[in-house]
Amino acid sequence: MAKIIVVTSGKGGVGKTTSSAAIGTGLALKGHSTVIVDFDIGLRNLDLVMGCERRVVYDFVNVINGEANLNQALIKDKRVNNLYILPASQTRDKDALTRDGVGKVLEELKENFDYIICDSPAGIETGALMALYYADEAIVTTNPEVSSVRDSDRILGILHSKSNRAERNMDPIKEHLLLTRYHPERVAKGEMLSVDDVKEILAIPLLGVIPESQSVLNASNSGCPVILDEESDAGMAYSDAIERLLGETIDFRFLTAEKKGIFKRIFGG
Amino acid sequence: MSLLDYFRSSAKPTANIAKERLQIIVAHERKQRHGPDYLPQLKQDILEVIRRYVSISEDQVSVQLEQKEDDLSVLELNVALPEERSA
Ligand SMILES: Nc1ncnc2c1ncn2[C@@H]1O[C@H](COP(=O)(O)OP(=O)(O)O)[C@@H](O)[C@H]1O
Ligand SMILES: [Mg+2]
Repeated sequence: MAKIIVVTSGKGGVGKTTSSAAIGTGLALKGHSTVIVDFDIGLRNLDLVMGCERRVVYDFVNVINGEANLNQALIKDKRVNNLYILPASQTRDKDALTRDGVGKVLEELKENFDYIICDSPAGIETGALMALYYADEAIVTTNPEVSSVRDSDRILGILHSKSNRAERNMDPIKEHLLLTRYHPERVAKGEMLSVDDVKEILAIPLLGVIPESQSVLNASNSGCPVILDEESDAGMAYSDAIERLLGETIDFRFLTAEKKGIFKRIFGG
Repeated sequence: MSLLDYFRSSAKPTANIAKERLQIIVAHERKQRHGPDYLPQLKQDILEVIRRYVSISEDQVSVQLEQKEDDLSVLELNVALPEERSA
């Protein structure tokens, strides 16, 4: 049975697109046929993060409007088997996504894929509501910072009340907490909320903790999802999250400040 | 921590303040979410009625609905009236 997973947050800039790219790619690497759908209408960016921006011909809204079929709009990843991207359109029309239109496209995708990853736009308006409406699972992407945590809690409220599963009294959406841009050093100094703090406040199971990392910037600079950078801390942290998403129980890494040599200790670094 | 950081970081760590504030606001907002959709409007209407008699501000009225048991909810209305100024 195909699964629809929304990567959502409320707040912008917390790492949804980065995470959608990494998680979609990670699932495909594990042999599951996967499509990542960009719901950020008007602000298409998943294509850049995935490095396929020059191959976009048709988009999500074209498919909804019947101007193209799915096969014409889907972009096949050149690095990983079984991985596709459905780009967002650049239209400014806020009502381009309709519930019926989105539902039909998702139904068709379900026939061909194991996982459908929905990269949500920020906010709690139409785009974000559409991205989460049909979800079976939600990856609530959160930074250890007050406004992000509060917005994540609001999104949890919306998942509980305004999703298809909630409206039809089906089993609730399965929720996962993904903590991103984590600075263990700052947490150690008491300057930043810790994993445990955020877990306690949001009270949903922890899927992963992604450290703040230069490797994420390198990855987006070169259009290559960070999970393919297997040496990087962020890449490994996303791989761990994939294992957990697939049901494994594994230890969390990168939660404590790395020990610095005496030189760095004195002179900083 | 480097020596430089040591001298720079004279400010107190603030993560615990963040946590406390979040716990309060999140608990508050969750309570409101569980209320029926008409609650905010009900509060506005009540406020309006009271204002016909005394002038009060929005934060002096609190309206809360609490589910006591499966088939019993209690609507709690709290109005802080300003001190009576006798002539
Ligand atoms: N773990 C991380 N370490 C460093 N930078 C990150 C990390 N995660 C995201 N970023 C950066 O944060 C910015 C916003 O990320 P993005 O994935 O576009 O967020 P969103 O889709 O939620 O708006 C980007 O510049 C991205 O490179
Ligand atoms: Mg994004």
